[in-house]
This record gives sequence, C-alpha cells and structure tokens, in this order.
Amino acid sequence: MSPLIEVENLVKIYRMGNVDFHAVRGVSLAIDEGEFVAVMGASGSGKSTFMNIIGCLDKPTAGNYLLDGQEVASLSKDKLAGIRNKKIGFVFQSFNLLQRMSALQNVELPLLYNGSPVKDRKIRALAALKSVGLEDRAYHRPSQLSGGQQQRVAIARALINNPALILADEPTGNLDSQASAELMTLFTKLNKENGITIVMVTHESDIAAYADRHVYFKDGKVVKDE
Amino acid sequence: MNTLSTVKIAVNALSINKMRSGLTMLGIIIGVAAVIAMISVGSGAREQISKQIESIGSNLLMILPGAATSGGLRMGFGSTPTLTSDDAKAIAQEVPDAAYAAPLLPGTAQVVYGNQNWSTVITGTTPSFFDIRDWPVESGAIFTQRDVDGATKVALVGKTVVENLFGDEDPLGKIIRIKKIPFKVIGVLSRKGQSPIGQDQDDSIYIPVTTAQKKLFGTAFPGMVRIIIVKAVSPTALKDAEKNIAALLRQRHHIPTGREDDFTVRNLTEMMAAAEESAKIMSILLGSIASVSLIVGGIGIMNIMLVSVTERTREIGIRMAVGARGGDILMQFLIEAVVLAVIGGSIGIILGVIGSWFISHFAGWGIAISPMAILLSFGFSAAVGVFFGFYPARKASLLAPVECLRYE
Ligand SMILES: Nc1ncnc2c1ncn2[C@@H]1O[C@H](COP(=O)(O)OP(=O)(O)OP(=O)(O)O)[C@@H](O)[C@H]1O
Ligand SMILES: [Mg+2]
Repeated sequence: MSPLIEVENLVKIYRMGNVDFHAVRGVSLAIDEGEFVAVMGASGSGKSTFMNIIGCLDKPTAGNYLLDGQEVASLSKDKLAGIRNKKIGFVFQSFNLLQRMSALQNVELPLLYNGSPVKDRKIRALAALKSVGLEDRAYHRPSQLSGGQQQRVAIARALINNPALILADEPTGNLDSQASAELMTLFTKLNKENGITIVMVTHESDIAAYADRHVYFKDGKVVKDE
Repeated sequence: MNTLSTVKIAVNALSINKMRSGLTMLGIIIGVAAVIAMISVGSGAREQISKQIESIGSNLLMILPGAATSGGLRMGFGSTPTLTSDDAKAIAQEVPDAAYAAPLLPGTAQVVYGNQNWSTVITGTTPSFFDIRDWPVESGAIFTQRDVDGATKVALVGKTVVENLFGDEDPLGKIIRIKKIPFKVIGVLSRKGQSPIGQDQDDSIYIPVTTAQKKLFGTAFPGMVRIIIVKAVSPTALKDAEKNIAALLRQRHHIPTGREDDFTVRNLTEMMAAAEESAKIMSILLGSIASVSLIVGGIGIMNIMLVSVTERTREIGIRMAVGARGGDILMQFLIEAVVLAVIGGSIGIILGVIGSWFISHFAGWGIAISPMAILLSFGFSAAVGVFFGFYPARKASLLAPVECLRYE
C-alpha cells in the first residue's frame, strides 16, 4: 500500500526583492495512513511552510508531492480547492473561525463548497459538533466560546467531510495545559478509533508525546525522524 | 454552492455594516430615482404636447400678415396688416388642397352678464373655424354663414367663460354685453383644454367675423383679419397647399415678382412636430445626465467592495482553506455588489416613482411612469453592480490561500 503522503526533494524558495530565501530545502518524507506525526523544530525552520504545501494551500518551488497516490504539484487551483475540501482538515493555532457566524455555521462552511444538500448540512454539522462535545454550543459565536471550545469547533469543521488527513499547525499554541490535554485526547481518539492520519506541528515535547512519530526540522531540512 | 445561500451570505455580510452599506447604496438610490423621475418628466411633457397637438387639429396651416424674416416676423410694406376675410374665402374656393379656411380677428374685451363681468378673448371668425379645429358645441348651435353675412350679434362661449359668468345658470339664449353691445348666446363650446403655449382655450368667445370687424373692434381697412387658418385635405397635401396659397395671395395682393411676400404661411403641424421632437431630445438629455449619477453610484460600490475585500482577506483565506474555489469567492463578492446595487435600485425606483408623481402632480400632467423605465432602471442597477463589482470580486478570487491566512 502506498503512503498517504509522499514528498520527494521538496523545495520552497521565497523571493524577497533580489534575495532568494530557501525556507524548505529538499525534504523527502513518507507518511502512511493512520499515522500520528509530530513535526518539531526551531522557529523559522520551515515547519509551517512544509505544512502549507502538504495541505495544498501553497505550491512547492520544486519537488514532487503525492497525496493518496495522486501527483498534486501539477493540479489546478480549483482541483486543489477540491482536495482541501474533501481530503484535508485544517486546525490552526489561531483557530481561524469566522467571527460573524455561529459555531454551527462555521462547521457547515466546507459543505457549502461541495454541493451538499441544504437539509443535510445542519444535521451533519450538529453531528460533528456532538463528536467534539459541543452540541450545546451550536448557536454561540466564536467570541462567546473559550479558546479550547473554539479549537474544538475548528476540529469539528475539519472533520465534517470525513477527511483522511488532519493538519494541525501548533493547535495548542493558544491553549492552556488543561485545554491542550483535552485536545490531545481528542486527537488520539480520532487517530486510533477513526484511523485519521494526523500531522501536527508543536514546540512542546509533552504535546509531541501524544504522537507516534517525531519529525525534526532544521533550516528547511528534516534532521531527525523517529 | 447555490445562489440562494450565496445571496443569504451576501445579505448577512452587508447587514454587518449597515451604515456603510446604506451610504454605498445612496449613490445608486439617487441615480435610479433621478433616472426614473427624469424619464417620467420627459415622457409626461411629451404626452402633454401630443395631447395639445391633438387639440389643435391636424394638417393645419396658419397665415399671418407680414413677411417672415430671419429675425421672426416683421410687418410688410407700409406696415399695414394685409389679410382680409375675402382672402380666406378665396383660399377655400380656389385652392383645391385646402379643405377649409377661416379668418380670425381676435381682441380682448370685458364681458358682462347680470352683475358678473369677465375679461376674455373675443374672436371673430366663420363657421369653418369649428370644422378646422374639430370643435363641436356642447349645447346650442354654431353660428351660420347667414350670421356672418348679416353680421348678427350672436356669440359662442367657452366653458371657462360660462363658469365665470353664468355659474350654474344655463347660458343658452341669454344676453351678454361685450363692450356694452348686447350679444345673444347661441351655443356653448365643448371643453378644449390648454393650447401648446399654455393658454386656456376655453376662456374665449367666438362671434361672426363681420360682427367683430364692423361692430366690435373696427378695422384699419374693410375686411381686415389678423390670421387665416387653413386645413389641408390630407397631410400629404400640406406642401402643395402652402405653395398654392402663397401664389394665390401674391396674385390677390398684386405683389410683383422679385418682391417678398407680405404674408407668412406657417405649417402648424411641422411646428408641433418640432416641439415634440425637442421635448424628446430634452428627456433623453435629462435621462443621460441622471444616468451619470448612476455610474457615480457604481463607482461608490466598487470602492466599498475593494475595501471590503481587503478587510476580509482572512475570511477569504479561511473559506479557501476549507475548499472554496476562486469562482466561489468571485460569486460571493459579486453577488454582494449586485445585492447592494439591486436593493439600492429598488429603493431608488420607489423614490423615483414618488418623485415623478409629485412633479407631474404639480405640473398638472397625467402621471407618465412607464413600466419600461422601471424595468430598465432595475436591470441597469443590477448591471452596474455586476460591472463595478466584478473587479473587486475578481481580485478577491485570485488571492493565494496562504497569503490570506497569514494576513492580519
Ligand atoms: N511569505 C514569505 N515570504 C518570505 N519568507 C517567508 C515567507 N513565509 C515564511 N518565510 C520564511 O521562511 C522561514 C520558514 O518559515 P515557517 O513559517 O515555515 O517557520 P516555522 O518553522 O513554522 O516557524 P514557527 O515555529 O515560528 O512557526 C522563515 O524564516 C520565514 O521568515
Ligand atoms: Mg509556524
């Protein structure tokens, strides 16, 4: 069976004026379905850049990326949007919820872009909220929720289309240790019980300890993989 | 993503910033209201003119004494008015293209009935006049050629005169005094309304032309009249009639070749058509000026949408991250612009209709709000939304997801 994520010699160069900045310089990595990977490394080592590329939010300057056996680098923007919609769920450090919408509407958001029937949306969004233990907060705005609750809404949104992969860039960065622990319990459950592949960037070793595999970045390269 | 939910999202987004959305709409509101009001005023005026043309009658020529010059009318040689009742008679008899010809000798005088008095226009004419003007009596009868031949003291009165002199009384058979001379009222003319130059045509009394010449006003020379009006047999006969009348009058007035005419023939129908044409041009002009404000409103929408795209960069990033395609983002912002424009347009239509109702009410016209103008403005404001919303929406759709998510 081919791995879920397979990158080869991935390179990302940012051009700033006349200077090229190599944020990712030749990363090769394979992640199998069902893995729970923690990505670690110093600030500025290229973790987020790498995550954005495997999340199809950004395109690599060079290198190959096979997601679920499909070459991604050559796909059109619209195709990439479709992949983000169906196969990937994002969890961000800053939650990235739409402030003017209720938790329910935020969770429904991905369904708006794949032609799901209107009457299904609410049912599915409520179910997703329930799976993160927030069914009684469906009509709250993000501003009316705690950080931990907001992050769980974001996870419900990430789960709504039953993705194969969850990408989380410092998901506990804005949470206290209690909320962080709850979040990690949820991640572990999603990984173990639902078989969802999780790739998570973190600076904290106790958070990383929930993962089964640790990948270390340094200056745009993978230096350790265990 | 279906249109209905996109419209809902757009309305939601717009209602967040009600003040701003309202001010943005104001441009479109004013533009559309102005277009509707201007078009209605224009077509109201045109309708008014056509009505007046109808009231005057068709295929009419008007003959005035004096030569036409570039500066307008001036008196001919010796500055004596030169038209006579006999000229009118000769035209009717000798010009085959002329169906009727009637002389007119108008003057203003005080009219007295009982203890009421009223100053009005008294016009001496012949029975043909009422054929030319297509102006029947409401009661009584029009005076006859015999009245003209005998210079009898009979009068036909217009509705305004009746209202002012007689009130509810029946004027038929009553004696009125014009300059102290008693006249017997033998007919009441039906209502005619305003003339193209804004005169009340019902504020008038008609008497036999001979009576006016000999008994009421007196003339500089026998048979003198002020105007002759002629009705041609058909619209196509107007040109020939004009030519033949000129030839006949030159001959009757003994004007040697090379001298200019001592009279002027005017084609009333042509003049009316010109007036109608200029009213039409006027309304087009007003409409185009108004549509400039619509375009200004559109630019306002574009401006606000550009601001909105920048403000909501992060939202765009989030939507893209969960699977929105460029096209979805484009539609979202485009529909927002169109919703702004269409709501503004609808309010503008309502205000425009109320406005034109007021204008026509005070101008005394019938309301002339065409459904076409309403439909057109509605479509036009939607088009303004699409046109001016497209650039900001496209700009939003082309943003890169990573950049948007990084945007603070
Ligand atoms: N759009 C950009 N333009 C130029 N340079 C960039 C851009 N995005 C990132 N970089 C640079 O690339 C390098 C890697 O950035 P990245 O965000 O991947 O680091 P990181 O490992 O996620 O760090 P942190 O742990 O602080 O989040 C940094 O030095 C950063 O300055
Ligand atoms: Mg980072």
